Amino acid sequence: MNGFAYLRPTGVQEAVDAYAAHPGAAYLAGGTNLVDLMKLGVARPTALIDVGRLPLDTIEERPDGSVRVGATVRNSDLAADPRVRDRWPALSQALLAGASGQLRNAATTGGNLLQRTRCPYFQDLGKPCNKRAPGSGCGAREGVHRDHAVLGHSEQCVATHPSDMAVALAALDAQVELYGPEGARKLPVTDFHRLPGEHPERDTWMRPGELITGVLLPATTAGVPSAYRKARDRASYAFALASVAVVLRVADGVVDQVAVAFGGLAHRPWRARHTELALLGAPAGPAAFEGAVALELAHAEPLRDNAFKVPLARNLALDVLGRLAPAPAGV
Amino acid sequence: MTATALGAPAERREGRQKVSGGARYAAEYTLPGRAHAWPVPATVAHGRVTGVDTAAALALPGVLAVLTPGDAPRLATPEDATLAVLQSPDVPHRGWPVALAVAETPEAARAAARAVRVDYAGAPHDVTLTEGHPDAYAPEEVSSGAAHVEHGDPEAAFAAAEVRVDAVYRVPPLHNHPMEPHASTAHWDGDRLTVYTSSQGGTTVRSVLAQLFELDEDRITVEAEHVGGGFGSKGTPRPDVVLAALAARHTGRPVTLAYPRRDLPAVVGHRAPTVQRLRLGADRDGRLTAVLHEVTTHTSHVKEFVEQAAVVSRVMYATPALRSAHHVVPLDVPSPSWMRAPGEAPGMYALESAVDELAHALGTDPVDLRVRNEPGSEPGTGRPFSSRHLVECLREGARRFGWAGRDPRPRSRREGPLLIGTGVAAATYPVQVAPSTATAQALPDGTFTIRLNAADIGTGARTVLAQVAADALGVPLDRVRTEVGRSELPPAPLAGGSSGTASWGWAVHEACAELAARLAAHTGPPPAEGVEVRADTTGKADAESPYARHAFGAHFAETAVDTVTGEVRVRRLLGIFAAGRILNARTGRSQFTGGMTMGLGMALTEHSSLDPAFGDFTESDLAAYHVPAHADVPDIEADWIEEDDPHLNPMGSKGIGEIGIVGTAAAIGNAVHHATGVRFRELPLTPDRILPALSAEE
Repeated sequence: MNGFAYLRPTGVQEAVDAYAAHPGAAYLAGGTNLVDLMKLGVARPTALIDVGRLPLDTIEERPDGSVRVGATVRNSDLAADPRVRDRWPALSQALLAGASGQLRNAATTGGNLLQRTRCPYFQDLGKPCNKRAPGSGCGAREGVHRDHAVLGHSEQCVATHPSDMAVALAALDAQVELYGPEGARKLPVTDFHRLPGEHPERDTWMRPGELITGVLLPATTAGVPSAYRKARDRASYAFALASVAVVLRVADGVVDQVAVAFGGLAHRPWRARHTELALLGAPAGPAAFEGAVALELAHAEPLRDNAFKVPLARNLALDVLGRLAPAPAGV
Repeated sequence: MTATALGAPAERREGRQKVSGGARYAAEYTLPGRAHAWPVPATVAHGRVTGVDTAAALALPGVLAVLTPGDAPRLATPEDATLAVLQSPDVPHRGWPVALAVAETPEAARAAARAVRVDYAGAPHDVTLTEGHPDAYAPEEVSSGAAHVEHGDPEAAFAAAEVRVDAVYRVPPLHNHPMEPHASTAHWDGDRLTVYTSSQGGTTVRSVLAQLFELDEDRITVEAEHVGGGFGSKGTPRPDVVLAALAARHTGRPVTLAYPRRDLPAVVGHRAPTVQRLRLGADRDGRLTAVLHEVTTHTSHVKEFVEQAAVVSRVMYATPALRSAHHVVPLDVPSPSWMRAPGEAPGMYALESAVDELAHALGTDPVDLRVRNEPGSEPGTGRPFSSRHLVECLREGARRFGWAGRDPRPRSRREGPLLIGTGVAAATYPVQVAPSTATAQALPDGTFTIRLNAADIGTGARTVLAQVAADALGVPLDRVRTEVGRSELPPAPLAGGSSGTASWGWAVHEACAELAARLAAHTGPPPAEGVEVRADTTGKADAESPYARHAFGAHFAETAVDTVTGEVRVRRLLGIFAAGRILNARTGRSQFTGGMTMGLGMALTEHSSLDPAFGDFTESDLAAYHVPAHADVPDIEADWIEEDDPHLNPMGSKGIGEIGIVGTAAAIGNAVHHATGVRFRELPLTPDRILPALSAEE
């Protein structure tokens, strides 16, 4: 069998050092995706550095009203946390819309962000895939691609990012805490995942050896109405055909704060900046919502068999915006 | 004697063992020195293996051997060509096994399989089924008989009909995906072969292995004590048992092969896709004047298998003009095979959708329309029905479901963004029964043992056969033991075609009835070795019946269609069946609701795609091939009406393993039409189909 070293560091620095000492290593947390990929032969790490038991499993409130979620907090625990449910409900809803109960019990916050695409060509060693084997081609572009991207794809790759959680985090302006050989830094979730471009083999902007240590939920979105909605083939345990996370605050009938992020449409959670720009300061209502969402989705470039995702994403966004907007006065 | 054991909701006898992990499955026989095998699937859709380089694989630690088409032990030519594995360099489809790695552990075997380098000479391939495909031909036979049945002048009758429905329905490829993958452990002791295998019929496994390995059957032992589902895909031996036996012979070690989930679609059979044209002609009163059911399906180049979807039109409705016909296109695809109600499940989706379309065209209630076309005898043969209570199922279902007072207008019920609709469809499945043997033994302690090589594939066969025995013996159920699943037991046919309980139960009943008579004539306790009676139903079970024998049923569905997303969810599903005597109310209900759940999957979530470029099924794991989750099945209910049919078998039972899936998809599809006003004619009803059509309707 494919041999690999297994290490269980007790601290973050030790983990990062271990990674540096083992070229070809991978960090292992819940293992719900990485272990599958190893069985398939898609991932072949020389060493697994098990960070699943690092002391990063707490959710802490900070004086400024933000909350820091440790990287190894399990998806089930994060979804159930009363502070999260109360102040960032979109995050809790997104987590509960993902995977199955068993998987959520094992999967971690950091690992969820680092899931790889579920594109069937990526998972099949017998087929071309530029993400798995750069330069080999893309089997999905002309193949079976109903589930693939409609925004931001490239000639090289039409895969989507599978996470629900990341979509909510993107809308909530969360930040990813990283620690690596060059020290600690933070990246907004919106700048964490890449578009495929010429290098679909790179999912994120993480630097070699960096480890996710936590996620920061900012005070700026705490308590602002938010919601997540996902459309899928079956009622549970299915990846999003499309999904949306919306943060919306309306004051005096005018949009005061807004964030919209789509899932299932692109290689990363897709922040709908055109929509947000159009809505900020606009009267909160169906006409404004419709126009603003259309502005974003005008950029969609569906493949042969996935054009349905565009009206689906539109409907999801309008539905959630409509639900979060307070009813006009007098109604 | 107290209440009869037959019909009682007796608990599954091996239930505790199964839920506590004690039940042993084929891959769990940890024989001393056991090795593990891992297949190497072909990565071209058509061609020839020109070379297999095993050096890198053999150099890996723990690797014992790599079998290739060039050096694997030779087999006699099998009747089922899908079992001629590693016998020729030809590659008939992607996924066909082209080598087999054997190693000390499954992980080492998997790594070795990946390290095998196979070179191919590729050839052009075609995996796309189309109507009017140039290679389509009319097969001579389907599994139930003639491929083509016709009477009257259907074309003329249809052309002259006052009201006509002419529609094409499509069902995609579907996979059985039993929870337990196909797995076998094989062990040679000299020229004696023992296999532990996951099979619906160990008797056939033994005879096939005997033929392939040119052994007498008495040199072969086949055990299948517990089987984690099959749904047809384990009805006959599949490559796992042949490969395990080849590897065990080649290495001299016991070998287990548990087929990887991802490889199953290409290796164990699938439900072939169908394109079905339905033409129904009727007079203004809703009496059918023409039924034309024409099916195009695919098969592989390995063997001909025809998904006999048109046969249901020979059974269901009275018509003076009938055509029930099949065409099949050989493609470079994996070989299709049986999947729960092969033929009936897709066929009744099309027929019962078309009947709903006709009801809509006529402005007639779809229950009434079916009642109006109830035949006096079987339309395809003219034979009288042994019993037929479809009308009673429809009426009882309608009553329980609250069908009366339904507003028939499509799109007439809305709850916010949800469109609500209800639909009905009929179900049918033939009665099949095969000869079986069984022994019944009375022991001095007052207990009894029933023995036969039946297969309990999760249906509760052990339990129900004990009930049959207890009933025939007139003793309490807890005094009867059942031994099944081993080839040294009296031979018995497979658990398939909804025939197992009828076939086995008949022999058990006969053996027990005779044993009871013998015991009645005997004074004192039985001798120490017991008293044993053997029965063989050959000549009885397979006697030609003058009757058309079928089970019937009716499904009622309520669906909610979300106009925001195009998601369809079933709110309620009710099935009422008439299937002779139900022998165990508990396991029987499980069979019905299990079939209905699978039908729900067929309607809403399950589909497989053949990739035109690569030639294989794209959805290869259970994350991508969507069987229903619990959340998809909120309220499902199955019940039955008492049916007393003297023309079946001593228990008066019809089969119930398959009818639950038949018609479910049509009831759900008809409910979606009622909800939305849009007629969808291609399964499954996923948002990519529903949403664009709803938008077009707005």
